Amino acid sequence: MSSERSSGDIKIQVCSRWGVREMGEERKVRIMIAKPGLDGHDRGARVIARALRDAGFEVIYTGLHQSPEQIVAAAIQEDVDAVGLSNLSGAHTYLFPRVVELLREQGADDIVVFGGGIIPDEDIPKLKEAGIKEVFTPGTLLEDIIKWVKENIKPRR
Amino acid sequence: MFNKEKIEAIIKERQRWEEEILQDSLETLPESRNTFTTISGLGVKRLYTPEDIKDLDYERDLGFPGQYPFTRGIHPTMYRARVWTMRMFSGLGTAEDTNRRFKYLLEHGETGLSIAFHFPTLMGYCSDDPMARGEVGKCGVAVDTLKDMEILFDGIPMDKITTSMTINPPAAVLLAMYIVTAEKQGVSKKEIGGTIQNDMLKEFIAQKTFMLPPEPSLRIIVDTIEYCAKEVPKWNTISISGYHIREAGSTAVQELAFTLADGLTYVQACVDRGMDVDEFAPRLSFFFNAHIDFFEEIAKYRAARRMWARFMRERFGAKNPRSWMLRFHTQTAGCSLTAQQPYNNIIRTAYEAMAAVLGGTQSLHTNSLDEVLALPTEEAVTIALRTQQILAEETGVINTIDPLAGSYFVEALTDKMEEEAMRYIDKIEAMGGMIAAIEKGYPQMEIADAAYRFQRDIDKVNRTLVGVNKYITDHPPVEILRIDPEVERRQIARLQEVRQKRDNKKVKERLQQLRHAAQGKENLMPYIIECVREYATIQEICDVFREVFGRYQDPGLF
Repeated sequence: MSSERSSGDIKIQVCSRWGVREMGEERKVRIMIAKPGLDGHDRGARVIARALRDAGFEVIYTGLHQSPEQIVAAAIQEDVDAVGLSNLSGAHTYLFPRVVELLREQGADDIVVFGGGIIPDEDIPKLKEAGIKEVFTPGTLLEDIIKWVKENIKPRR
Repeated sequence: MFNKEKIEAIIKERQRWEEEILQDSLETLPESRNTFTTISGLGVKRLYTPEDIKDLDYERDLGFPGQYPFTRGIHPTMYRARVWTMRMFSGLGTAEDTNRRFKYLLEHGETGLSIAFHFPTLMGYCSDDPMARGEVGKCGVAVDTLKDMEILFDGIPMDKITTSMTINPPAAVLLAMYIVTAEKQGVSKKEIGGTIQNDMLKEFIAQKTFMLPPEPSLRIIVDTIEYCAKEVPKWNTISISGYHIREAGSTAVQELAFTLADGLTYVQACVDRGMDVDEFAPRLSFFFNAHIDFFEEIAKYRAARRMWARFMRERFGAKNPRSWMLRFHTQTAGCSLTAQQPYNNIIRTAYEAMAAVLGGTQSLHTNSLDEVLALPTEEAVTIALRTQQILAEETGVINTIDPLAGSYFVEALTDKMEEEAMRYIDKIEAMGGMIAAIEKGYPQMEIADAAYRFQRDIDKVNRTLVGVNKYITDHPPVEILRIDPEVERRQIARLQEVRQKRDNKKVKERLQQLRHAAQGKENLMPYIIECVREYATIQEICDVFREVFGRYQDPGLF
């Protein structure tokens, strides 16, 4: 968590959204499901968003057709712990690493990025190398994604 | 079809059978489940008898093929005269790459073309727009200007082949490019045949390539329908699509209901414009999904034809029998395929294709086994095409028309589909029509609910998905098609060259004329054609629309 991000308007907004929290009370993990690029396939993203919400996470869905810049700005603004990217058009090789890169530039690289969609096996190591923590391909069970999120994403503060 | 006494006798006999025969059998060998349902959740009974279709009136509800209400098919001879058009949805890389794929498929017996565009084209952007980064040529072919369309059809005679274009917000622009390209081949717009998808309502509901808000979207659609009725008489002006609704996770009933409700909205909009229904209705076409639940799909197509015929004749007073006919294209269900054990997808696709044919489709795309991983390789697409050829030429399913008619189950299910779909249509009309329903998020959320239910069922193994939640084994990866990263650079270079070589003053003038027309009430098609002719880019034209009409933003419901 960079000092830059914990100061100013963003923090105030987040506090007003969350209300007053008891000292020491751990807040819910907050996840943004995002659709980067022009791809319109949103069935998976919306099913995952719902499944995570039903599993007790705080979920924000960006809606379609977001640029990586918009996603990163929203993730910081909404103070999320993780961003789940969904892409089924083949543009993941550019879009996923770009989101990680922009988060880094903004000093927000403690936000975990994971992704899913139509992603050939051979692309997965490259995406992981670029900082995508996990990649889920078609046929992944919801419970496996929920389990992964529970184990790998913690509230950042 | 049966008299009252006969039905009563059958009911009595059924009750006796249940007590004397069935009961014993259930005790010694219980059924594997308490309830059996279709993949959409419609209950399926153990056995169907004349009792289940006791109200069926042959002449009224089924009739003869080529006659109202067309339940048995739209042609008097169906596939005995001519089999369905084998139309493989194709598009990859640049126009040259796709032109090569088209020629390959035609050489291998394909009978119609179907263009898949990459996302920037689908959304009205050029390949060098920042939003296009990473997308160029990936999910279809890149078309930025008329130049690309010319290359796409190089050596393909546009008077001999029909082409379907899956294109929605910029449908009018792509149609204009097609018209001008044909003109350059010496083929008049009166002769060309094909289809633009041009169905924006289902975009808001399901496929989600949108650009303008619903009302101006509808205006441009009606412009194309009106223009083609006079100028491009063999063109299917719209393909009212359930396919994407189903892919987004709907049930079969929702697919049927929302598609027909969309169709009714378009017809009403054209009538409101002052057109005579018989002037445009014969060129409306439909597009359905072929999912894996065999009988449910067949019932869906049969119900669709019957419902549409009744709507057109009774509600809109259409007099031309061609206006009553629901003609449709089918694509097997992409969402039924699995990345695991991908060769199984050949089998799924074959069953789905057979359902489409037994349901009387006019044209068919069969998915390739690897489409769940990437765009198909040449080998995979050939197997998919061969699946159709085997169906048409080996299995014998084409020998007789609507062979499942009269099946107690299929007729009962056809009635059920109609009844359930009507319930949705009535509800949508009570909300004030489809546009009002979309604005409330109603169809979107109905589909999201169904998609979520389905996924939970897969998770809990209430439903089997072979290779995913049952019979799981490792399978070596199949070879997939990769789009050369050079495609993006080559496409942008061509686009820049077009921008340099064209008469930029003329382009500016034509765009200004289009803007002016868009601000008024004139039909926009002639203006779009003139822009395209001067090599205005798809984005320049769509930017005019975005400026004049505003943009539609996804409400992000889940």
